[in-house]
Amino acid sequence: MFTSRTGLARLLGAALLSTSMLLGAPALAGKRDDTLRFANDQAPESVDPYFNNVRIGVILGAQIWDTLIYRDPKTNEYVGNLARSWKQINDRTIEFELRQGVKFHNGEEFDADSVVYTLNFVANPANKVVTQQNVSWIEKAEKLDKFRVRVTTKKVFPAAIEYLAGPVVIHPAKYYAEAGPRGMNAKPVGSGPWKVVRHDPGKSILLERNTDYFKDSPKSVPKIGKLEVRFIPDRQTQMAEVLSGGMDLIMNVAKDQADQAGKVPNLQVVSGETMRIVFLQMNTLDGAPAPQFKDIRVRKAILHAIDREAITKNIVGAGSRVLHTVCFPSQFGCTDEGAPRYAYDPGLAKKLLAEAGFPNGFETEIHAYRERNQTEAIIGNLQAVGIRAKLNFSQYAAMREQVRANKSSLSHQTWGSFSVNDVSASTPVYFAFGADDITRDAEVRDALNRGDNSVDPNVRKTAYRTALRMIAERAHAIPLWSLPVYYVASKDLNFTPYPDEMVRFWEMSWK
Amino acid sequence: MAAYILKRLGLALLVALAVSIIAFGLLRLSGDPAIALAGEGASSEDIELVRKTYGFDRPLPVQYVDWLGRTLRGDLGESIYFKTAAGPLIVSKLGTTLILGIASLAFALLISIPLGVMAAIWRNSLIDRLCLATAVIGQALPNFFFALLLIMLFAIGLRWLPVSGSGTWLHFVMPTIALGYYIAPAFMRLIRAGMIEVLESDYIRTARAKGLPARSVIFKHALRNAVVPVVALAAVQLGFLLGGSVVIETLFALDGLGYLAYQSINTKDFPVMQNIVLLLSVIYVVLTLAADIANAWLDPRIRIA
Repeated sequence: MFTSRTGLARLLGAALLSTSMLLGAPALAGKRDDTLRFANDQAPESVDPYFNNVRIGVILGAQIWDTLIYRDPKTNEYVGNLARSWKQINDRTIEFELRQGVKFHNGEEFDADSVVYTLNFVANPANKVVTQQNVSWIEKAEKLDKFRVRVTTKKVFPAAIEYLAGPVVIHPAKYYAEAGPRGMNAKPVGSGPWKVVRHDPGKSILLERNTDYFKDSPKSVPKIGKLEVRFIPDRQTQMAEVLSGGMDLIMNVAKDQADQAGKVPNLQVVSGETMRIVFLQMNTLDGAPAPQFKDIRVRKAILHAIDREAITKNIVGAGSRVLHTVCFPSQFGCTDEGAPRYAYDPGLAKKLLAEAGFPNGFETEIHAYRERNQTEAIIGNLQAVGIRAKLNFSQYAAMREQVRANKSSLSHQTWGSFSVNDVSASTPVYFAFGADDITRDAEVRDALNRGDNSVDPNVRKTAYRTALRMIAERAHAIPLWSLPVYYVASKDLNFTPYPDEMVRFWEMSWK
Repeated sequence: MAAYILKRLGLALLVALAVSIIAFGLLRLSGDPAIALAGEGASSEDIELVRKTYGFDRPLPVQYVDWLGRTLRGDLGESIYFKTAAGPLIVSKLGTTLILGIASLAFALLISIPLGVMAAIWRNSLIDRLCLATAVIGQALPNFFFALLLIMLFAIGLRWLPVSGSGTWLHFVMPTIALGYYIAPAFMRLIRAGMIEVLESDYIRTARAKGLPARSVIFKHALRNAVVPVVALAAVQLGFLLGGSVVIETLFALDGLGYLAYQSINTKDFPVMQNIVLLLSVIYVVLTLAADIANAWLDPRIRIA
C-alpha cells in the first residue's frame, strides 16, 4: 500500500519488533479462550468461493465447504472427500459415487442434487461466476441416482480432477437455490470442518468447529474450538497485532521482518515454498518496444546474467528454489529433464551481447508489480553486463495491460496457478497463444495442446516435457525461482505450511 | 448578506462539479477497470464481457453524464466488488468516520486551546517555546508514523489499548490521538496569535484596571474573542478529518469511509469510489460554505468586501 511511506513504515516495523524484544513475551491471544485468530490483508468480495478471486477466498472455501475429491498435500495423491470413488468413463466423462450420511451445516442432506445443482449453476455463464477459469470446462452434471452423478467436460480436460479437488466446492442445493450467491455470502452454509457463526463483510468472519463433521473425510474435525479471521489491510498493523498478542497467526510476512520476528520470545516463524513461480517474460513479437529480444543471443545473455542462486539465498529466502522451466515442480507434467541449464556467467553474457551487436549493452524498460526488491536485484545483475533496465512498477492489472498491448518487452512475472497442481494451469497461459503469450512459438503451442487435450498421463508427460524443453532451449523466458511464504505465529500453535498456500486450520492445535 | 450567500453557494456548486469531473477522469485514467475486475486468469473474451456488462466500452463523457444523472436522482449504483447497493454501503461506514472525525476535532481543541493560551500569556518564554515545539512536531510527523509510535507505546509496550479494529471505544483512542494531534498545531497558532492581539487591546487593559482577577480576564474576556476564528477553522478541519482519515482508518483497520475508499481504489470499485469522493467533496464544500457564512455574519467587513 502507500508506497511513498513504505521505507519509513518498514523502519517502524523493525522498531515494533525491537520494542517487543525488549519488553518480553506477549500475552497469548487464542489459547486462553480456544480461539485461533488469523489476520489477512484483503477481504474477499464474497465468501462464496465462486464469487471471489483472492487467496483468502480459497482458504475460507476449504474451511467452510468440501470438494468431491481431496488432494493429499503430502503425497499429492487424490482421495475421495464428498465422493467415495470416481471412474473416467471416456475422455470427457467422469462418474462419481457419493458419500452417504453427510450433512450440511443447516442440516440439509448431501446427495446427487447438491452436486448437480452446484456444478450446473456455476457452469452457466449467466450466473456470472467470477472465477470463470475454474468452472468454464464443465459442460454439465447429471444425476444417475441419489448418490451417483456424471460430470461431462466441454472438451478433453485432464485437469478436471485437480479442479474438483480444489476450487470447485459443493453447495447445499436447496439452500443455494433459495439464497443464491448473495444469501450464501451473508450466511454461508457448507459441509466443511468449520461452521460460520458471524460474518461482517469486509471486517471479520467467526467460525466454530463443526463437531458433526463426517468421520471419513480426509480433512478432520478441528482441534481448536473457534477461528476468527480478521481483515487488516496494513502489514505493519498485522505485525503489531501478533506482537501484542492480539493475533495468533499472520502470513505473507516480508523476509526481513520474519527474520526479526524469529527473535521475539513466544513467536515462531515458519517458512514454506509456494506454488507461485517467478520468471522474466520477454517479448519477441513485431512492434515490441525493445526489438533486441528477438535475438536468441540477447535472451541467452540475460539467462547467464542473473545470479539466481545468490538472489534466492540472500533476497528471496528460505523455502524457495531455483527453477529451470516455467512451471512449479510438483505440478503434473512439470519437469526440467532435458532442458538446458544456464549457469551464472556475466562474462559469457557480455560475449553473447557483443555477438548480437550490442557490445555496450542497451536500454530497456522492465515492468514489475510485486517483490520489488527482487526486481531491483535483477536490474543490478543486468546492469553489470550492460543492460540498463529502467523499472516501471505498477499494479498487476496495469502491467498486464501493457504486456497484452505489446508495450512491454521485459516483465517480472509471477504465477500461482490458482494452486492447481497440473501444468495445464501454468505454462500454457504464457505459451499457448493466449492473450499473455508474447513469444508465439507454434511448435511450443502444439506440444502444449497435445498435453492439454489428452487424458493419457504418458502422452501428457511427453508433450509437456517437449514443450518445456523447447521453451528453455529457445530461451523464450527466464525461469527464476519459486516464492516462499513466511508465517509468524504464536509459539503455542502447531501448524504445517504447504506449497499450495492453503492454510489448513483444521489440522492446527495448541501445544 | 443574501447576495453574498448566493454567490458563495454558486461557487460551492461549481467546486463540487469540478471535483466530480476530475475524480471521474483520474479514476478512469488509472487503468482499464475491466481487466482489474476480470481477475488474474481471465481471457480476452472474459474481459470484453466485463467491459460490456458494466458499460466501460462507452465514451468517457457518456459514462460521466450517465453516472451524474443517476447520482442526482439518488441512485448511487451497485458496488462492483461487494455486489451490494453502493448507497447503503457508504452510509453504513459513515458513522465510524464521523465518530473518529468529531473525536479527533475535540481532541485537537482540547490540547490546542490551553497550549495556545499559555503560549500567548507567557509569550517568548520557555513555555511558549515548548508549545511551539509541540506544534512543530505535530505538523512535521506524518500521521501514520505517529500512529505506529502510539501502537508501539500503548499496544505493544504498555498493553493498554487494542492495536486495531472498531469494536469498543478503546479502539478509537489511538486513531483519535493520531489524527487530532496532526491538526492541533493550526488551532494552537491561531489561538496564540488571537490571544496576543486581544490581550493588548484597550478593553482588556480596562478589565485589568478594574481589578478583575487574571482568570476572568483571560477566559471570560480575552479567549471568547480570540476563539471566534477557530470556529471557522474547525468547520474546515472537520472536512479534512473526514476525507483525510483514509490512512489512519486503514492502519487501524477501522471499518469507516476512509477504509472503504482504500478498498475501492484497490479493487477498482468505481461506483463506490466516485460516490465517496463526491460525498466527501460535498461535505467539505458545505462546511467551507458554512464557515464563510459564519465569518461573514460575525464580521461585516468580509461580506462588504
